[in-house]
Amino acid sequence: MGNWVVNHGLSTFIVVVWMGINIFLFVYFFLLYDSSDRFLYTRHLLGSALSWARAPAAVLNFNCMLILLPVCRNLLSLIRGSFMCCGRSLRKQLDKNLTFHKLVAYMIALMTAVHTIAHLLNVEWLNNSRHGVYDELSTTLSELGDEQNTSYLNPIRSTTTTPTMFVFTSIAGLTGVVITLALVLIVTSSMEVIRRNYFEVFWYTHHLFIVFFAGLVFHGAGRIVRGQVTTDPPHNTSYCKDIPDEWGQDPSCPIPQFAGGFPQTWMFVIGPMVIYLFERLLRFIRYIQKVTYRKIVIRPSKVLELQLVKNGFKMEVGQYIFINCPAISPLEWHPFTLTSAPEEDFFSVHIRSAGDWTQKLITMAEQLPEGSQGPTMGVDGPFGTASEDVFDYEVSMLVGAGIGVTPFASILKSVWYKFKDSNPKLRTRKIYFYWLCRETHSFEWFADLLQGLEKEMEERGMGNFLTYKLYLTGWDQSHAAHVMVHFDEDTDVITGLKQKTHYGRPNWDKEFEEVRKDNPTSVVGTFLCGPEALAKTLEKKCVKYSNVDPRKTKFYFNKENF
Amino acid sequence: MGKIEWAMWANEQALAAGLIYLTGGIVGVAGQFRGWQFAAFGVAAGCFVCMLEYPRGKRSKGTSVARTGQYCFTVCVKAFGPLTQNYYVRALLHAALSVPGGFMLATVLGCVCLGMASLIYLSAAIHGEHWEPILLTKEVKTAVGESIKEPPSNPPPRPPAELRRKRVEDVEGAAYVNPMPVITNE
Repeated sequence: MGNWVVNHGLSTFIVVVWMGINIFLFVYFFLLYDSSDRFLYTRHLLGSALSWARAPAAVLNFNCMLILLPVCRNLLSLIRGSFMCCGRSLRKQLDKNLTFHKLVAYMIALMTAVHTIAHLLNVEWLNNSRHGVYDELSTTLSELGDEQNTSYLNPIRSTTTTPTMFVFTSIAGLTGVVITLALVLIVTSSMEVIRRNYFEVFWYTHHLFIVFFAGLVFHGAGRIVRGQVTTDPPHNTSYCKDIPDEWGQDPSCPIPQFAGGFPQTWMFVIGPMVIYLFERLLRFIRYIQKVTYRKIVIRPSKVLELQLVKNGFKMEVGQYIFINCPAISPLEWHPFTLTSAPEEDFFSVHIRSAGDWTQKLITMAEQLPEGSQGPTMGVDGPFGTASEDVFDYEVSMLVGAGIGVTPFASILKSVWYKFKDSNPKLRTRKIYFYWLCRETHSFEWFADLLQGLEKEMEERGMGNFLTYKLYLTGWDQSHAAHVMVHFDEDTDVITGLKQKTHYGRPNWDKEFEEVRKDNPTSVVGTFLCGPEALAKTLEKKCVKYSNVDPRKTKFYFNKENF
Repeated sequence: MGKIEWAMWANEQALAAGLIYLTGGIVGVAGQFRGWQFAAFGVAAGCFVCMLEYPRGKRSKGTSVARTGQYCFTVCVKAFGPLTQNYYVRALLHAALSVPGGFMLATVLGCVCLGMASLIYLSAAIHGEHWEPILLTKEVKTAVGESIKEPPSNPPPRPPAELRRKRVEDVEGAAYVNPMPVITNE
C-alpha cells in the first residue's frame, strides 16, 4: 500500500480534487435551479429537466476551460523549467498531460449527453406549453410577452412552430447541434484504433475543436433560460401562482417580468483559448526559424542521422523535438527524440522508417549528392520529458527497447562529457543500462558509442559507474550455436564489447533484486522508452521492490511515450 | 493522408451514430413527444445500425483488433454476403435510415451523425475497400512422424551472416571448422 502511494499518490490526489470540483459544481447548480424562487415559474414549465440541463452546463464550462491547457506543450515546458526547485513528483505529473486531457474529454462527452437529453425534454415541453396543452398557469406563462412592453418567459414565441424548427432558428439550438456534431466527430476519430493507425485523420479532425469553441462561446448568447426579475410592486409567487387570470388586476400580482441569464461560458474559456493561440503562434515562429544541416548520415538498417544547427537552440538530455518538412507534407509535425548531448554545438536525431513520412525523408536523403544541404526543415522544441531527471537520482536504471534507446544515447553522451569536465551537477553515482533489441543490425551506431564509453571508463578507472546489459530478443538456433562456439572469448561476438550479450528477455525480478542489493539505501529512478506492456511490467516491479522506509531502497518509475 | 482505411473510421462513426440515434429515440418515446413514431423508428434503426456495425472488419494491412464478443455478430453479418461486404450498399443504407430521424428533434442528432457515417462509407467504397470478417483460421496439423518424409525446412546451424560472408582478400582465413561434425551416409 505504501509503495502504491509513493508511485501514484500525487496523480490520484489531482484526479480526486478535479472530480470533487466537478461534483460540487453539479450539485450546487442543480440545487440552485431546483429550489431557487427565481426559477419557480420556469420550473413550472420545465420540471426538473431545467436543473438537469443547467448543472451539466456548469460542469461543461469548467472542463472546457481545462481541456486546452494540457496540450500546450510549450507552456508545460515553461512550468517544468520553473519548478526545478519543487521536487520530482510535481514535475512528473506534467508527463501525464495527455491522460488528463482524455479524462477531461470523457467528462465533456458525458455531460454533453446529459445536457442534450435534458434540453430535448425542455424544448418539447416548452413547445407544448405554447400550444396550450398543459394547465392554465403554463398557458398564461407562455403567453407572457405577446403584448408590447412585457418580457417573455417561454423562448418559443410562435404558436405554430415545431421543436425542430425552433432549435434550428435559435442561436442556442443551432450552435448546440453544430458543436455536438463536431464533438462526436472528434471523439470517433480519437478512438485508439484510428489514432494509432491513421494519425493524420485523428489530427486533422481534431482541429474541429475550433468549430467547437467558436460555437460554445455563442451558445448562450440567445439567453433563452429565463429567470424572474423583481418588479415594483413585487410579484408574490407563492400567492399568485394559483390565480394566473388575475395577474395585472390583483395589486399583489403585477405581471411578472423575466430576463435571461448573462452568458458566462466565454469567461471560462477565453483565457485558455488565448494561451493556446500563443502556443500555436510560438510553434509557428519556431517553424520559420532557419535550420541548417551540419551532417547527414545513412546508418545501417535504414536509420537516418541528421545533425542540425539552429540559432538559439538550447536542449537538455532526453528531450524531443517536432520536425516539419514542407517538401513532404506542409502540415505534418512529427516528434523525434534528440540523440545528441547538450554539450555539443549541434543537435541530432536518428530517424527510422516507420511510416510514409519517414520513408519519404529517408529516400530523399539517400538521393542527395555528397555534402549538400537537405530539404528545408522546421523545428519546434525542445520539449521536456522524464529523462531530464536522470542525473537527480543517485542510482538510475535506464531501459530502452529497440529504437526506444534514442533518449538514452543523449544521456550517455552527456554523461561522458560531464565526466570529462567533472561537472558537479552530476549527482548520479551509478547507472544501470538495459537495451532490448530484436536483431543485431540496429546495434551498429549505438555500439560505436558504447565502445567509446567503455574505453574512456577503463582509462579513468571508473569501470563500475556504468553497468550495461544488452538483450537480444530475436535469437534463433544458429545464433545460439555460434555463441556456444565462441564462449571463451573476451569480447562479445556480436557487438565487440566487453560485456556479453544476453539472449531473450530480461528477468526483471532478478535485475531489481540485484539493484536493491547493491544500493540498499538509495532512491532509484527507473526510466523507460519502449512498449506499453513493458511499462506496465516495470511499473509493477517498481512498486513491488520499493520500500516506504526511507532507510531502504525506493524505486520511482518514469515513462516516456509519444 | 497516406494509407488511411476510411472504413475503420466510418465504422466508429456509425457505431456512435447508432447509439445516439437509439438514445434520442428512447427519449422521444419515453417522453411521449409529438411525432413519437419517428422516435420509435429511431430506436429500431439505432439498434439495427449498432448490430451491423459492432463487428469490426479486417484491416487490409496490419493487425485487426476485434471488439469483445463480436464473434456472433461477425457470423450474422457475414451471412448476408455481398450486401454487407459492399460499402456502397452500406453508405446508401445509412443515408436512408437517417432520413426519418430528421423529422423529430430528439433524433436529429442521430440523423446527422449517421449521415456523416454514410459519407465516410461512401469515401471508403470509392477507394475500393470492402468488409472482410475477422475469423480465426484453423491450423493444419500434420501427424507427428510424417514430417520425417519431408525435406528439411531449416538450414543446418552456422554462424551469423556477417561471418559467413565470403571475404575475398582472405580466402584461407574465411574457411571455418563446422561446430557440429558432418557425417555423410555412404
